[in-house]
Amino acid sequence: MRTLPIGKAVFGTAVVIFLMAPLFAILPLAFTDSIFLNYPIPDFSFRWFHELFTANAWRRSILNSLLIGTGTTILATVLGTVASLGLRGNSASLLFSVFRTVFLLPMVVPAVVLGVGMQLMFAQYGLANTYVGVIIAHTVIAIPFVIVNVTAALQGIDRRLENAAASLGASPAVVLRQVTLPLAMPGIVSGAVFAFATSLDEVVLTLFVAGPNQRTVARQMFSTIRENISPAIAAAAFLFIVGTIVIAGLILLAQKKGQRA
Amino acid sequence: MTQQSGLSKRVKSCALIAPLALFLVFFFAAPLVTMMKTAVSDPVASSALPTVSRALQEWDRASTPSADVQKAFADDLRNITDDELFGDLVRRLNSAKSGFRTLLVKTRNAVAEDQAITDLVAVDKRWRDSAFWIAVQDAAGASLTDRNLLAAVDLQRDTGGAIVSMPEGTSANRTTLFRTMIMAGVVTLCCIAVGLPFAMVAASTTGWKRQLLLGAVLLPLWTSLLVRTAAWYIILQDNGLINLTLQTLGLTSGPVPLIFNRLGVVIAMTHVLLPFMVLPIFSVLIGIPKNLMPAAASLGAPPIRAFLLVLLPLSLRGVVSGALLVFMSALGYYITPALIGGAKDQMISSVIAYYATGAANWGMAGALGIVLLAATMILYVVYLRLSSEEARA
Repeated sequence: MRTLPIGKAVFGTAVVIFLMAPLFAILPLAFTDSIFLNYPIPDFSFRWFHELFTANAWRRSILNSLLIGTGTTILATVLGTVASLGLRGNSASLLFSVFRTVFLLPMVVPAVVLGVGMQLMFAQYGLANTYVGVIIAHTVIAIPFVIVNVTAALQGIDRRLENAAASLGASPAVVLRQVTLPLAMPGIVSGAVFAFATSLDEVVLTLFVAGPNQRTVARQMFSTIRENISPAIAAAAFLFIVGTIVIAGLILLAQKKGQRA
Repeated sequence: MTQQSGLSKRVKSCALIAPLALFLVFFFAAPLVTMMKTAVSDPVASSALPTVSRALQEWDRASTPSADVQKAFADDLRNITDDELFGDLVRRLNSAKSGFRTLLVKTRNAVAEDQAITDLVAVDKRWRDSAFWIAVQDAAGASLTDRNLLAAVDLQRDTGGAIVSMPEGTSANRTTLFRTMIMAGVVTLCCIAVGLPFAMVAASTTGWKRQLLLGAVLLPLWTSLLVRTAAWYIILQDNGLINLTLQTLGLTSGPVPLIFNRLGVVIAMTHVLLPFMVLPIFSVLIGIPKNLMPAAASLGAPPIRAFLLVLLPLSLRGVVSGALLVFMSALGYYITPALIGGAKDQMISSVIAYYATGAANWGMAGALGIVLLAATMILYVVYLRLSSEEARA
């Protein structure tokens, strides 16, 4: 391979550009003052951010996304963390490895298939077009991320620390609260962040189970691209990308902190 | 004592898992089951014949049914005003017992003329034959059909009950399925073509260069799918960045069509799914001992030969894992084809979404959903087996 260093560099650079260029191409358009979503940008303005936070449809969808995202994060993190504690130390058991596989399945099943089923079933349960319904739908597909992160964090905990606490007279509840959970916290936080991000970006299930009142930002972006493309979408994308970088930073920080502890 | 504490630990573990297991049973498994049930449920006979199945409950399935039953059947038949429903009923009953076609038409005319009819045997003596009544009872009580599943692959049952192809041009499901496979395959090949050499480049570098190459893979993976799709929309559209550049350079006079066609979908989907190809290959590659290539070279193999005979076979496992992941994800893709593709580039997910939200044909949505789910699950099981073998190796 050493004979082709230039080819290697050119190819690597080309792929990096292919991967990154779309993300950077959309950013400047957030600050256009034109009503068209294309280059060249005639003048710089904040009008589309203003639109994002004042136009009824966008403002409402942002509030909905925050509400549904928070609900999903809480539900998925609690259910996933409790289940991960149950899976812990049973990796040799066939039953528990089946459970683990099943818990990861929502990541694999095509969203459209799950969406059709949820739409049919939620209509029967009276969950169609409700916030609870959307939160439940998002939680189902957020669960695998919590499971993966929390089980990994729990695996990294030295059992001797917990045994030491127990031998010094700590009850199981105290060991859990004061030793296990604090040590697993970086994984739990990463899982929660992933759950929130999943909910924020979810469109397909939302299309099937949410009514007009539960329109999320992602859903609003979907119909904006589909129906009346406007630079507001670039402004929303700008916030998403900045948010992604902040979240990635937070996760890295949490992991660093976990390594130090 | 140890056994007892082991048992209580088991119970505790199960109690911790139970809430999530129940949650997923209710909100993950149950929706899928509901969808499958809708796909195979058969409301034709039970909705066309609402009263006769109750009247037939006491029947011994051998003698000619009583006058009450015959009257109930006559009433049901008279109440069918929808000719399409009647046609469905004829087809349904005829597929269970041939002869129903003429019998039902004859009986329907008779009951329409005589409102007070109670003796169907007088209309046609075939009604004395319990086999016809058994077919009615089974159809009215039965709730299953394979009609939607067959229609999902453009098949149907003819009047004799045999499975035949639908007439040309009446349904495009097979075409859509075929197109979905082709597009998923093309995207997978593109991902291999870009991802394999890229992973090799990334694995052969160190330090900040490797960090940069991997970061370029991870950042898009973490970015919202909608943002990435919107970005491709901006780049590919007729007055988008690529066309603007081409026209400024004078390479083309008019815009090159890149959006709302298959090329655009393949480009955008390759971008979205490339990380799933690069990461598995990369993780295999960094496990390969660094001295193998120099060893091959020292034994006289030219670089191309060393690559083909040493590095490529070793990285194949990563390629297979990556290809399965990409193909599996591409099969069920909805958002990118829906936004970047044209009407002729829609994949199976779009058709499912159309049946469910547009046409309110839940049976068909469910049947196509079963096809997609089955394909995905088969690929996932293969992937799991491969990765568990890898873990053991």
